[in-house]
Amino acid sequence: MSIESLKLLGDWDIWKQLLEGMLVTVELTVSLLGVGLVLGVIVALGQVYGPRPIAMLMSAYERFFRAMPILVLLIVLNYGIAFAADIYNVSWLRLPTFAVAVMAFGLHSSAYQSQIFRGAILAIKPGQLLAARALGMTRLQTMRYIVLPQALRLAIPGWSNEYSGVLKDTSFVFAIGVTELTRKGWQIIQNTREVFLVFIVIALIYLLLTYLGTWLLELAERFWGVPGLTGQRREEHGRVI
Amino acid sequence: MAVSSKTIVRVEDLHKRYGAEEVLKGVSFTVRQGEALAIIGPSGTGKSTLLRCINRLTEPDRGRIWLEDIEITSPHTDINKIRQQIGFVFQDFNLFAHLTALDNVRLGLLKVKKLSKKEATERAMHELARVGLADQAHKYPAQLSGGQQQRVSIARALAMDPKLMLFDEPTSALDPELIGEVLQVMQQLAEEGMTMIVVTHEMGFARSVCDEVIFMEKGVIVEQGPPEQVFLHPQQPRTQQFLSKISELYGGTNL
Ligand SMILES: Nc1ncnc2c1ncn2[C@@H]1O[C@H](COP(=O)(O)OP(=O)(O)OP(=O)(O)O)[C@@H](O)[C@H]1O
Ligand SMILES: [Mg+2]
Repeated sequence: MSIESLKLLGDWDIWKQLLEGMLVTVELTVSLLGVGLVLGVIVALGQVYGPRPIAMLMSAYERFFRAMPILVLLIVLNYGIAFAADIYNVSWLRLPTFAVAVMAFGLHSSAYQSQIFRGAILAIKPGQLLAARALGMTRLQTMRYIVLPQALRLAIPGWSNEYSGVLKDTSFVFAIGVTELTRKGWQIIQNTREVFLVFIVIALIYLLLTYLGTWLLELAERFWGVPGLTGQRREEHGRVI
Repeated sequence: MAVSSKTIVRVEDLHKRYGAEEVLKGVSFTVRQGEALAIIGPSGTGKSTLLRCINRLTEPDRGRIWLEDIEITSPHTDINKIRQQIGFVFQDFNLFAHLTALDNVRLGLLKVKKLSKKEATERAMHELARVGLADQAHKYPAQLSGGQQQRVSIARALAMDPKLMLFDEPTSALDPELIGEVLQVMQQLAEEGMTMIVVTHEMGFARSVCDEVIFMEKGVIVEQGPPEQVFLHPQQPRTQQFLSKISELYGGTNL
């Protein structure tokens, strides 16, 4: 890298390419977290409140997807779906690789997210559930109105951690041919040979995305914050120690 | 404190065991409309278990319970319907931590009774005013004192228009100076004719507010009668021992 290389930063085409890659990274991260959230909540509720066979099934699911390396999951799912589409000749199964990526990452993340939610659910004092049932609420109403609103709030810090983790893991999608931020970087390097500079820029973009995402989650935590349940703890702890 | 002749609750030969331990060994009694029944007895004798069996938060093993003429213990009874008619007040309040006092009281009205938001809010505010907390409606449980939390939990139960209120040691988790405000609300309720069963160590309350007292020990009713009789002329030696121990523990404040 030389002073000369810095000229590259004035090349709008390179910024455009990086921006395109960044958008794919963000879209993928948001979609996979969404899929993982829905599945993760279902798995957690099943583990905590399901009858034994359901709870065991959910635990098996969670262990399996936590055990699978994301790269293996991506390739196997991509190959498997294409294979099934060919064999049974179902055209709607010929999914775009982006959709396959969302699925693979979503399943993987749901296993991790389920444990964030399970922890959050178990942090709720069971007396509140008794009080809800004593009012005549059904089990489902109790989950809907008492457990979920509290568990989702309590899950935000863990969820923020999951966000920053998967954000960077999305670079693995190169394995099935999706071009996101890191992949774009490689492509730019192939033309410019500026390994160091390009990766510094990419690192800064990841830093920015991590900051932005976790900051938004902090805002959400504050927005939905409840005295004595969330937030505020920092001040309470600070006062003691 | 006008007690009518109409029976609200009838408990018949109630049994419950946890593993090898038989916690309730055949308990029977009735409560009439407008009656305030106190249940006293040492720790671990099954008082909470008995109370929870009445709205089937705990499933009894044997025996039957009626609310008016509906058998609560029948497998054909919709227990959620029954629970709407039985208020339950817990020792540790159990307010919903993510909801304000108003929303704690309003939730059952909105989601169980399916009232409109306007009706639910009016009713909830009325109940909060009844326990003297209209001005605290927008506070979260963590921002309220124990006594205030317990009064909110009473308002939450009252909002459902129950035929019967169950209190499980409602003042046991409170600092001494906060006990009075809760007992006062309960006394007012009793005077208004609410039918209630109160498990308590507050002998003063049992004596001056309740119409009937049951002394329970080791899963059976040892003695039952009007407060003057149980407190002043207990028939059973165990009752006498328990009462003298209690007055030792709680000092002279209770009578
Ligand atoms: N869920 C449970 N599983 C096993 N044992 C239980 C359970 N609930 C209560 N018990 C046991 O049943 C007995 C009676 O308990 P219960 O809570 O009804 O007593 P209590 O009279 O309310 O006592 P206290 O005055 O301490 O509240 C106790 O020995 C207790 O350990
Ligand atoms: Mg008890």
